Amino acid sequence: MAQPKRVPLPAILLANDLLDGDVVFSTGNGWSRNPAEALIARDDAAADRLEAQAKADFAAQLVVDAYLVDVSIDAAGVPTPRHFRERFKTLGPSNRPDLGKQAQYASAHPH
Amino acid sequence: MYRYDQFDERFVRERVAQFRAQVKRRLDGSLSDDEFKPLRLMNGLYLQLHAYMLRIAVPYGTLASRQLRQLALIADRYDRGYGHFTTRQNMQFNWAKLRDVPDILGLLADVEMHCIQTSGNCIRNVTADHFAGVAADELEDPRPTAELIRQWSSLHPEFSFLPRKFKIAVTGAEHDRAAVKVHDIGLRILRHPDTGETGYEVIVGGGLGRTPYVGKVVREFLPRRDLLAYLEAIVRVYNADGRRDNKFKARIKILVHEIGTEEFRRRVEEEFAQLDGPTINADPEEVARIAAYFAPPAYEKLPAKSNAYEAHRAANPAFATWADANVFPHRVPGYAALTISLKAIGEAPGDISSEQMRLVADLAEKYSFDELRVTHMQNVVLAHVRQADLFAVWQKLCEAGLATPNVGLITDIIACPGLDYCALATARSIPIAQALSKRFADQARQKEIGPLGIKISGCINACGHHHIGNIGILGLEKNGVENYQITLGGDATENAAIGGHLGPGIDAKDVPDAIERLVDVYLAQREDGEIFIDTVRRIGVTPFKEVFVAKTHAKSKEPENAVA
Repeated sequence: MAQPKRVPLPAILLANDLLDGDVVFSTGNGWSRNPAEALIARDDAAADRLEAQAKADFAAQLVVDAYLVDVSIDAAGVPTPRHFRERFKTLGPSNRPDLGKQAQYASAHPH
Repeated sequence: MYRYDQFDERFVRERVAQFRAQVKRRLDGSLSDDEFKPLRLMNGLYLQLHAYMLRIAVPYGTLASRQLRQLALIADRYDRGYGHFTTRQNMQFNWAKLRDVPDILGLLADVEMHCIQTSGNCIRNVTADHFAGVAADELEDPRPTAELIRQWSSLHPEFSFLPRKFKIAVTGAEHDRAAVKVHDIGLRILRHPDTGETGYEVIVGGGLGRTPYVGKVVREFLPRRDLLAYLEAIVRVYNADGRRDNKFKARIKILVHEIGTEEFRRRVEEEFAQLDGPTINADPEEVARIAAYFAPPAYEKLPAKSNAYEAHRAANPAFATWADANVFPHRVPGYAALTISLKAIGEAPGDISSEQMRLVADLAEKYSFDELRVTHMQNVVLAHVRQADLFAVWQKLCEAGLATPNVGLITDIIACPGLDYCALATARSIPIAQALSKRFADQARQKEIGPLGIKISGCINACGHHHIGNIGILGLEKNGVENYQITLGGDATENAAIGGHLGPGIDAKDVPDAIERLVDVYLAQREDGEIFIDTVRRIGVTPFKEVFVAKTHAKSKEPENAVA
């Protein structure tokens, strides 16, 4: 069976924490609420590992709605989703800079 | 207002306990995500972009002060200190945690509230005219009818898994303030032209979303005793014949459109004739019991005009400006209904802080018989304020940033949460509302423009009612950029109309200029005393379209237009 087309790389894996609903990012061996700590998959093997984690941690009642998001990487090495929808997801409401990731993490700021 | 009896109370408490157990089973893995999702949705809990969102039912928009205070407490203890009023007169919290939701539901049950049927393919919160029991043009308070429908539709065993969600609105007034013509079922209380008996005009198949329709009159006069049996017949026909093969074609409006009003009416009447009406219709005693909860409050006998109010108006132009825009005449002499605008210039429409909730609750308790209403326009109404008290209320509202004098004006914008919160959205709504609100902030100019409703949705599902905005704005995605389509000529009132597209979509930054050009056409073309929508009706969309398309086309040649 044909696999669904994967997003272009590099990519990060994001999800929502089941218990809290917060957006979380895969660090490769766990989940962080800080987008700067997201593991960046630059090749298919790394993306495969992230997808395997998504599947396992969904099954383990840790996260929901996990999926890969293609990113650009700035000079400091911080990933930013290419699509504006996912950018908001890593920032918070654009009308409330006091809420969401943008309020919590210095690296998360509107681009 | 309606108070729970022992059955309501027990039922809601049991629901809280059930959900607590369901969350526990989800966390220990005994319920899969697929199994849990419909259960959480049945309790109003969505997963949105940044967090879970909890939608709390406010039946027909009526709240007691203690209920609003409880919402403030929940906002502070479990959310981020604010809530959002929706176009279904409900409240949403945007940052709920799944682990806290059973406790939140328990706090809601303490004040006779819940989240049941605020999501899912069932009959949703019934909405009503926010000036129910107040307006001079009202034949009868619609809330006893809305409450009866709420009781009939709550956990209706046959209608818990309809093809799609189902929305009912009721008005008892001549002027429609509840948008009944764009609901799955809209009810208008009216008097029979010959007998003088009161009953219902039944309108079916209206709706917005991706395929907007104005509803069709299926019954011109339904005797009131037959209400529930007739509703049962309508929803039964829909349940059996509505499409389940395509989510986007599953609303009753599509069924009515596809088979035609005549055939739909025939099927409903046939079903209605076969139903055992007396077993479905409410016992008149029960109807009377419900109606008694909505008896008018103990008004004082007052002169029609308050000298104190007139004196304050004369002495304080800012107060007079606010009163002109936000005060609505009350049918009882000496009283007024006032709308508290949740559309402060530059703020998100419908948002209210916990501090503001407490102030509004206090004002309702002190000045308006302890009761308030949420409007589908995302504002709050104090329905029974003595004219002599309006100045004191206004002063308190000023202190809390709640005295924006813009009700019904161009900055009284409806906007859905859009892509700032919503997982379904394709573009943002709130920043567009903020930009327009700032552009048209000048009070004299707003007054000069007069009544004009702008409504903004961040996706085709149309929670922001853009189709029925005099000016509608729909946010979509185009080539990886937010893009906004503008419609003109929509109307949410008794003259319900779906707006027409003006031309190609435009960038967010171009929206304020585009709207300003439309307003300029109106100002140049209007006749004496003519409001925006009437000018659009008289001269048609072409003069607006010409300006819109000419400018948009010119702009599209500028290379920077392609950059987000």
